[in-house]
Amino acid sequence: MSLDRVRIGFLPLVDAALPILAREQGFAEAEGLELELVRDMTWATVRDRLLYGHTDAAHLVAPLAIATALGRGRPAVPMAVPFVLGLNGNAITLALPLAEQVLDDDALGDPTILGERLRIIARRRAASGRRLRFGVVHRYSSHNYMLRYWLAACGIRPDIDVEIITTSPTFAADALAVGEVDGICVGEPWNSVAVDRGVGRIALVTAQVWRRGVEKVLAMRRDTALEVPDTVHRLIRALHAAAAHFVAPGTGEASAAILARPEYLDAPVDPIARAITDRVRLVQAAEPVHIADFMFQYREAANFPWRSQAAWLYSQMTRWDGTPFSPEEAEIAASVFRPDIYRAALAGSGAPLPGASSKLEGAIGGGAIGAGSTQGRLILGRDQFFDHRAFDPDDIPGYLAALP
Amino acid sequence: MRIAIIDTSQSRAAIISEGLRDAGLDDVVVIEGTGRLVADLEAAAPEVVLINLENPSRDVLEEFFAVSRALARPIAMFVDQSDAESTAAAVDAGVSAYIVDGLARQRIKPVIDLAVRRFQAFARLHAELNEAKSALADRAAIDKAKAILIKRRGLDEPAAYALLRAHAMRSNRRIAEVAEALITSDALMGDMP
Repeated sequence: MSLDRVRIGFLPLVDAALPILAREQGFAEAEGLELELVRDMTWATVRDRLLYGHTDAAHLVAPLAIATALGRGRPAVPMAVPFVLGLNGNAITLALPLAEQVLDDDALGDPTILGERLRIIARRRAASGRRLRFGVVHRYSSHNYMLRYWLAACGIRPDIDVEIITTSPTFAADALAVGEVDGICVGEPWNSVAVDRGVGRIALVTAQVWRRGVEKVLAMRRDTALEVPDTVHRLIRALHAAAAHFVAPGTGEASAAILARPEYLDAPVDPIARAITDRVRLVQAAEPVHIADFMFQYREAANFPWRSQAAWLYSQMTRWDGTPFSPEEAEIAASVFRPDIYRAALAGSGAPLPGASSKLEGAIGGGAIGAGSTQGRLILGRDQFFDHRAFDPDDIPGYLAALP
Repeated sequence: MRIAIIDTSQSRAAIISEGLRDAGLDDVVVIEGTGRLVADLEAAAPEVVLINLENPSRDVLEEFFAVSRALARPIAMFVDQSDAESTAAAVDAGVSAYIVDGLARQRIKPVIDLAVRRFQAFARLHAELNEAKSALADRAAIDKAKAILIKRRGLDEPAAYALLRAHAMRSNRRIAEVAEALITSDALMGDMP
């Protein structure tokens, strides 16, 4: 039987793991698919290849899929996200001179205490005309929104008290080394590469800012998703199987060895293995520490594209682009995420399928709770923002008005 | 109309800028895609920016276009729906283009079309060069393999070549591949009979 070919664009990051493992570990082949993976160095090019048909799907920062559907900075193209490739997995790494001023031991920082100390320094630096500068990977990235959310909640005004610029993740360590930035918010392995090079230390991970923050997604043009539904369903099943494999005990080393190859991440294997197994080295040469849910790729239906996740990203987009809230735009944004396609693909597989398509985000304070499902048993674990605000997708204006 | 070219390949940048000049568009600035990219771009204040698709600075550049107030008019991507075909051709060729808002599209189209042709010509040159290089390498390997056969099997040159060729046909491989395998095994086996 000949295999159907699917081309997927990606950037060299640990969270590109699911399409890579789907190809390398036979999950795609089992679904009758041959994956061709197309590596690029910028999100702009991953997006352009997707829009102009060089690829059929892409590993993409979630906000960029929404920005593309809304036509921010370019004509709008309808998009579909039928699968979430993972939650969190990013970190905030500070240049050593700044880290020494705000962290007093080699442990992971506390977002509130760290933010308080950073605010004093940020204001002082702003007054002296040399604002602190942070690098994020893209204007429309979860990294940008997580960093800004944290800073703003700590009384540090992005773009006023501190500067936030775009740096390519692969050059982030260099930017720290030469003092071009005081901190970065990027994905793995690039924080760990900076730590191992001795040019920065990991101060926070994004899971501390939002415990279940949506990260990379599988993005497609909407017309592609609708033209070949069967192929899309098989792709989703292959990625779902790859996700189960990714988190299975004892697979981390082998997955890291595959990801490290020159055609994929072309990066040292050790930091990749640490990220996969939630062990993070915060300071050069220190023992890695275990951080629960640092990367979250499978459990609790983590791959399910909740419309409320897209709505949260849209709320942050209006917040930081300085555009007014629009109910029409909110609807377009939420409709990019396609729980219907996810359900159709995994019906009959035993995977838990949420009954709802939207939920309150960041609203599970205590232990795990059971959630309504149409298939399988769905348990959702603790999910909070560090400042304990919850997001109601039906009241974005109210949410925005209450934010600092 | 000032055109800026940002390219990781200096030779390609030269080929494109030459093409533009030949077409009478002589206000061309080539910007090195390194640390000073944004400052250089600001200083040049171009109306059109051409950048190779694989340039690692594209995200930085788009951010600059989104927030820059330094340029009189913001630069928007050249992806007007009416020019979808032209843009697609550019992406296929490996070039992305940005223009200042409001620049008449009949002035832009020749620039893009020319850049596309030059990118394609460059890619062709590259492919031909690689082909020539690999043909040379093949020749060298076959000559070496023939020499091994002549020495160790006491064949003359036509017979050595015929043996390589026959083996290649039987195993459905290229003659150069068979030659490479022979050279490798000869190196490993050394002076063994």
